[in-house]
Amino acid sequence: MDYSTPAIKNILLLDSEGKRVAVKYFDHEDWPNITTQTAFEKSVFTKTSRTAARGEAEIGMFDGYIVVYKFIADLHFYVTGGDDENELILVTVLQAFFDAVSLLLRSQVEKKTVLENLDLVLLTLDEIVDGGIVLETDSTIIAGRVAMRGADSDIPLSEQTISQAFANAKEQLARSLLK
Amino acid sequence: MALVNPRDKKDEDRDDETEYSPFFGIEKGAVLQEARVFNDPQLDTRRCQQVITKLLYLLNQGESFTKTEATEVFFATTKLFQSKDIALRRMVYLMIKEITPSADEVIIVTSSLMKDMNSKTDLYRANAIRVLCRIIDGGLLGQIERYLKQAVVDKNPIVASAALVSGIHLLKNNPEIVKRWSNEVQEAVNSKAPLVQFHALALLHQIRQNDRLAVSKLVTSLTRGNVRSPLAQCLLIRYTVQVIHEASGISSSGGERPFYEFLEGCLRHKAEMVIFEAARAITQLEGVTSRELTPAITVLQLFLSSSKPVLRFAAVRTLNKVAMTHPLAVTNCNIDMESLISDQNRSIATLAITTLLKTGNESSVDRLMKQITNFMSDIADEFKITVVEAIRSLCLKFPQKYRTLMNFLSNILREEGGFEYKKAIVDSILILIREIPDAKESGLSHLCEFIEDCEFTYLSTQILHLLGNEGPKTADPSKYIRYIYNRVILENATVRASAVSALAKFGAMVDFLQPRIMVLLRRCLHDNDDEVRDRATLYLQVLGDTKDIAPDGAAAFLSETLNVPLANLEASLKAYEPSEKPFNIAAVSKEAKPLTIAEKKKEKKAQREAAATGAHANGVAPAVSTSSYENLLNAIPEFASIGKLFKSSKPVQLTEEETEYAVNVVKHTYPAHVVFQFNATNTIQEQLLENVEVVMDTSLADEFEEVASIPLKSLPYGSPGQTFVLLAKPEGAVALGKFGNVLKFKVKEVDPASGEPDEEGYEDEYALEDVEVTIGDYIQRTSVSNFRNSWEALDPGLEKVDEYGLGPRESLQEAVKAVINTLGMQPVEGTDQVPSNARSHTALLAGTFIGNVPVLARLSFGIDAQKQVAMKLAVRSEDESVSELIQDIIASS
Repeated sequence: MDYSTPAIKNILLLDSEGKRVAVKYFDHEDWPNITTQTAFEKSVFTKTSRTAARGEAEIGMFDGYIVVYKFIADLHFYVTGGDDENELILVTVLQAFFDAVSLLLRSQVEKKTVLENLDLVLLTLDEIVDGGIVLETDSTIIAGRVAMRGADSDIPLSEQTISQAFANAKEQLARSLLK
Repeated sequence: MALVNPRDKKDEDRDDETEYSPFFGIEKGAVLQEARVFNDPQLDTRRCQQVITKLLYLLNQGESFTKTEATEVFFATTKLFQSKDIALRRMVYLMIKEITPSADEVIIVTSSLMKDMNSKTDLYRANAIRVLCRIIDGGLLGQIERYLKQAVVDKNPIVASAALVSGIHLLKNNPEIVKRWSNEVQEAVNSKAPLVQFHALALLHQIRQNDRLAVSKLVTSLTRGNVRSPLAQCLLIRYTVQVIHEASGISSSGGERPFYEFLEGCLRHKAEMVIFEAARAITQLEGVTSRELTPAITVLQLFLSSSKPVLRFAAVRTLNKVAMTHPLAVTNCNIDMESLISDQNRSIATLAITTLLKTGNESSVDRLMKQITNFMSDIADEFKITVVEAIRSLCLKFPQKYRTLMNFLSNILREEGGFEYKKAIVDSILILIREIPDAKESGLSHLCEFIEDCEFTYLSTQILHLLGNEGPKTADPSKYIRYIYNRVILENATVRASAVSALAKFGAMVDFLQPRIMVLLRRCLHDNDDEVRDRATLYLQVLGDTKDIAPDGAAAFLSETLNVPLANLEASLKAYEPSEKPFNIAAVSKEAKPLTIAEKKKEKKAQREAAATGAHANGVAPAVSTSSYENLLNAIPEFASIGKLFKSSKPVQLTEEETEYAVNVVKHTYPAHVVFQFNATNTIQEQLLENVEVVMDTSLADEFEEVASIPLKSLPYGSPGQTFVLLAKPEGAVALGKFGNVLKFKVKEVDPASGEPDEEGYEDEYALEDVEVTIGDYIQRTSVSNFRNSWEALDPGLEKVDEYGLGPRESLQEAVKAVINTLGMQPVEGTDQVPSNARSHTALLAGTFIGNVPVLARLSFGIDAQKQVAMKLAVRSEDESVSELIQDIIASS
């Protein structure tokens, strides 16, 4: 039995051909370099690409890891944990990633918009997990932190109402789109 | 990067959408050039942000920067701290983390980051903490420690979490600093913010994990209070299990398990994550009782019919593990499990099938196999392999079902499949052939058919080798010749060569086939491959084209094994240079090389898994180890003339685990001898032991007489060595006795710096615990395919029956296990598993007594309300005295 803190091994966002859109590896012992990483991505992609993971998140055990995944449009979201990990913790992280990206991209979740807003997606990865440890699982809070809501006003983030936060997020987004 | 409103863009570009990417044609050199804008006196913040995104994109795609490139980018990035733009600052934080500056570069950004760490804006503070802690070294950490300590108890969760998570990372390299924050972290555990509570609990546990009392206190206080965050609750469950585990050695076995009530309470938590964590924890408790298991199994059963695949998977995977140790506890879920066979998710379906195979009883095997046949056609090879392995262990559990299962294996062997899958099937058939004597002939003919159309050279050669060894011993050896010779005609050179070897073995062992085999072998002399021709020539010589080798000499030559580890032989052959001096195989080292650390890890894991698989693997493991012992012993000239090894015992420890010299003994029983193999390990780095031997005191065992003692020349630190003692006893007699042992050796001090031992040494000795030869050493575990038939075939007149009271026992299962271990016989038909709550149980055992006398035993157990266990033991064998001896084992223990 393992008494340790739940650990996320990696988070992957691949396109419909299995190519990288954005990835983050937290375990550098299991995947020390780009070769091992792409091999893992390829293996996971071929084993999952034909499954229907468009409604509920799906799950599988590949190469000794537990992988939870969810697809939308031409994007494939994956979260990987060790073979002893609580599956439901992994899926919570997957859902948080998925929802935060949806919020930030205003439900336009497809490869094109993700690439156009890659900075937001990379920041989302940074706000969900830090060095393998789950940092936050509430997608609204994550989206707010990515947009740095509250940094330029006196109202601290925690005291904003949801609608305020959302209005702010929208404004921020519009600004970034008009660059 | 042309960023346009995605909606508008979408309509215009629909046609070339697949081509479109803002990073199309991106190139590292150009982006690095672009990064010069970071140095502009008038910063264009949008542009800078875009360039950072491009750099991060390149890194993310696996592009790497050279040392100079990274340094340049890093220095340029630090300039961006001048800008007050919030979004740009956030990207700068990320960029610094991704580029991980070297120690001497860090100093450039520390002041900027420390300023941000003291900013009024919480988001800046949180990010600055995370970045600083990621790149800082121990020395600088002292300077900012004060701020971090405050941040831990900050009222904004983002700041507190950033400090706590950074603390968890810092603990690895700077534990002494982080440990000073204990009070603050303790305060943060009570935070209202769920994630802060989670991070604080994780850090607090890591700070105190080696202090049992502190962990226990932590768990005691938190299990009473209320933990808000589901993640923190999961942690608490893990730590509770740790406390239970560590306390299990101390507390008495009876009564309620401490904290069990808390775990059970978590099964009613509102978060599924917590419910599952608790259920999983309960199933993994050491020595969990069926009463404790029930509530956990019930919630897992509910998960089985959830609409969420992740829940179904988690539940079925946990139940699959429970089925290995408590198959009966899982049977309630069988109906839900059967409906999962058609689950869309094939991982879930495979786990369901293998669980059913583990929990199934004899009567359900046929029905189950029918369902599996449909299932096999539409899953991937890796799942099929898991199923094949489950079927193999099922077959070992119910040997009388071998016909159904063997047919199933041969059917799937004929279907399409990759190498790993086919190999798993062939391996399973090979194991079944070895373990179930009745299955041998049908298994061999299935394999013969398979090699007629086998595309894998490795499998063909393996099967041909087996045919050569086993075929001649069957009732009708000639029927295999055709299959083997077909290989010589049709296959590639490697397979042809193995086929020639297999043929030669038939020629050597079956007299009446010899002339015909010689004809076939002569045809091979014209083969166009060197190896095939060479082998044919060699075998023709050996088999008697020249009559000067005796026929059994030929058989011995052909079936002899090399007795040296192949890796060593390979190394020696590589080192050999062609010269006048012929290669001498006797010079090859016979000691297996010590495992590398990675291999050891693997082995440990395999052992753990084997232990978890428990009873069912039992049938397989001993056979393997006995044969490896046999190879080891045959290699020693002194043991050449003592006949065939009858049984090797399990290793028995003769010293405490953590002593200077760790010694265990394996007893090898022969018809008229017993060999004691002492495995010694020297755990003192500064010592080299020489002339190590064990002196055995035979004065208390008159029937034994020492014949030879084989000392070990040298025993360096850390690599185990063996020394042997050979005792003679009257042939066939069941001689028993107890021996005192002393380890004698010469100690030489080793200079730790140079690793060179001293010239001078001194004699020393070390007392070991006694070794006993018991009746169990004369009984081999064997399995029978149909206990009833075998039982009835033995004369009831020679049956010995007696009844025993076994006294109070923890459970019936425990009593059954203890008796089986004492007798050293093989439980058959899965009767070593006692249904939970059963008041009585019958176990069936089979074995072979020395002198090849088959023995069967029927054990009837009963348990009363006071947990008093009574047992009736009926033994049958061809030899009345053997039956009596078996009764004596129980009577005397």
